Amino acid sequence: MAEAIAATKTTKIKKQSEFVRVFKELAKNKTAMLGLIILIIEVILAILAPVIAPYDYTAMDIVAAQQGPTMAHWFGTDELGRDIFSRVLYGARYSISMGVLAVIISTTIGMTIGSIAGYFGGWVDNLIMRLLDIIQSLPAMLLSIVLSAVLGPGYFNTILALSVNGMPASARMLRAQMMKVRGNEYIEAAQSINCSKFRIIVRHMIPNSFSPNIVQATMAIAHMIVMAASLSFIGLGVQPPTPEWGAMLTGARQFIRQCPHMVIFPGLAIAVTVLAVNLMGDGLRDALDPKLKH
Amino acid sequence: MSEQSKNTTAPFLEVKDLAVEYYSGGKVIHAVNGVNLTLEKGKTLGLVGETGAGKTTIAKSILRILPDVGAKVANGQISLDGQNLLSLPEHEMRKIRGNKISMIFQDPMTALNPVQTVGDQIAEAVRLHNGGNKRQAEERAEEMLKMVGISADRYYEYPHQFSGGMKQRVVIAIALACNPDLLLADEPTTALDVTIQAQVLDLIAELRQKYNTAMLLITHDMGVVATTCDDVAVIYAGNIIEYGTKEQIFDHPTHPYTIGLFAAIPSMSEDEEWLHPIEGLPPDPAALPEGCAFHPRCPYATEECKKQPIAMQITKDGHQCRCCCMEQIAKGE
Repeated sequence: MAEAIAATKTTKIKKQSEFVRVFKELAKNKTAMLGLIILIIEVILAILAPVIAPYDYTAMDIVAAQQGPTMAHWFGTDELGRDIFSRVLYGARYSISMGVLAVIISTTIGMTIGSIAGYFGGWVDNLIMRLLDIIQSLPAMLLSIVLSAVLGPGYFNTILALSVNGMPASARMLRAQMMKVRGNEYIEAAQSINCSKFRIIVRHMIPNSFSPNIVQATMAIAHMIVMAASLSFIGLGVQPPTPEWGAMLTGARQFIRQCPHMVIFPGLAIAVTVLAVNLMGDGLRDALDPKLKH
Repeated sequence: MSEQSKNTTAPFLEVKDLAVEYYSGGKVIHAVNGVNLTLEKGKTLGLVGETGAGKTTIAKSILRILPDVGAKVANGQISLDGQNLLSLPEHEMRKIRGNKISMIFQDPMTALNPVQTVGDQIAEAVRLHNGGNKRQAEERAEEMLKMVGISADRYYEYPHQFSGGMKQRVVIAIALACNPDLLLADEPTTALDVTIQAQVLDLIAELRQKYNTAMLLITHDMGVVATTCDDVAVIYAGNIIEYGTKEQIFDHPTHPYTIGLFAAIPSMSEDEEWLHPIEGLPPDPAALPEGCAFHPRCPYATEECKKQPIAMQITKDGHQCRCCCMEQIAKGE
C-alpha cells in the first residue's frame, strides 16, 4: 500500500496538462511567439485604452484637423481633429473582439454540426452537408453583406453575420477528419469497453480530429478581422463614430492623397494583427500535431 | 435469476445458428452462416481460419459492436450465463460490454487512442463500469499497468511513446481491467514479433488463470492454438467445418480443409523445398458455391458435395466435422 502511494506520488509530478504541453511546444517556435507577443500587447493596449490613450477618441479639435504625426498626436489627427492613436487603440477593442467572438461562435456551431455529420454519416450527413452547400454556394462577402443588411448594422449583428459565414468551413473540416478517424480501431475499442456515442464523439473522436480546426480557427480570426473591417468600410458593420479600424478607413479614404497617415495607421493596425494571428496559427499547428510530440 | 443460471447446465457461452450479413453496394455478403459454439468458464476456444472467414465478425456479434449501417445479425442466438445477448435492450447490453465481455484487438498500433495517455485509457474502462471516483479508477489503472509489466510512472505517457509489445500489453490491461468473464482475443499476437508473442501469450494465460476467464481466441497461427487452447473450431467461409478438442483436431484432423492447413505448415525436421498450400482461394462471401463451400478446392469432392449443404457429423467423443467423405478420407490415410 505504502508502495502504491509512493508510486502515485512520483507519477503525479509527471502529469502535465495538455495545455501546458502545447504551450511549451509553442514556446520553442520563435515566430509563433512573436505573433503571440504582438497579440498579447495588442490585447493589453485594447483593455487599457482608457488609461493609455492621450485623448478621448471622440474629442474633436478642428484647429488641429488632418495633422501628420507629431509629438502631440503620434499618429496624427483625422478630418475632425480626433487623435488617430487614441482611435486605433480603442479600435483594437472592436476589431479583435469581433474577430475572436465571430470565430468562437462559428467554430462552436460548425464543430457541433460537423461532428454529428461525420459520426452518423448516411442521410444525416447528407442533409447537413447540402444545407452547408447552400451557404457556401454564395460568395462569402456577398453573404455577409446580405446578412448585415437584413440584420441591420451594429456590433453583435456583424458578429452574427460573420459567424454564419465561417461556420460551414469548420463543420466541413471536422466532418472530414471525423470520417477519417471513425474507421480507426480505437473507436471500435472504445465501443467495446462500452463508451456511449456521446462519449466516443467528445472524448475519442473530436480530440483526434480537431487540431486542423484549431489552426483553421486561428487563421479565421485574421480573416474575420478583415471581413469585419470590410463590412464597416462599406458602411454595414460598426457605425461611426465608433473607432473600428475598417470604419476609420472609410472615413479616411477620401483624403488618401492629401493625408495618407489617416489610412496608413488603421491599415497598419489591421495588417499587424492579421500577421500576428497567422504566425501564431502556424506555430499552433506544429505544436498540436500529436505525431510531432516528443 | 442468478440462482437459476447457476443451477442450469447451460454452457457459459453458447452461440446458436449465428448468421451475420453485410450489405455492400447492393450485394449481400454472407459473412457468418449458422455458427454453433459453446465455451465453458475458464476454458479457451480457438477460432482458426483464413482471412475473411468471419472470425472477427463472430466476436463482434457477441459484443454487439457490428457497424450500425450495413451489417445485420440475420439469425441465431448468443447466450451468456443464460442471458440472450442478441435480444437484450441496448442499456442492458452496455452493462455487459467491457465488463463481463471484453475484447483484445488485433493491431495494438491502432487500437489505442493517440491523444489520450495510456493510463487514462485504462482508467476510462474502469470508470465506465465500476463507477467510483477518478482517484480510484487511476489507482486501478496503475495496478493494471504493473500487472502487465509496465511501470506505473509511464501512466502519463502517450501510446506513440510505447513499443508495439507494450502497446499490446496496454490493450490487454484495458481488456482485463474490469475482470471480464469472457475475453475475446482477436489475433492478439499477429502484429507482434515472435519473442513478444510468447510474452504476450504467457501474460494472457497468467492473468486468465488468476481470474478464471474464458477466452475466445481468434487466430490463424496453429502454433498459438497448440499452446493456448482447449477446444478448436476451424472456420471456413463463415461456417465451422471442424470442431473438437485441441487433441482431436491436432491428432486426427478430419476435414480436408483442416488436413490441408496442417499440411501447409512446413516441417521443422525435414528439408522441404516447397510449401504445400491448399490450392485455390477462399470463396467470395457474396457468392458462395452451392453445397459444401469448400468443394471447389477439395481433392475429395464428389457430385454429392456440390448439391446440398453438408450437415455437421459428430464422430467419436464429440469430434464434429462437416464433410461427407470422412470415412474415405480416414481409410485413405
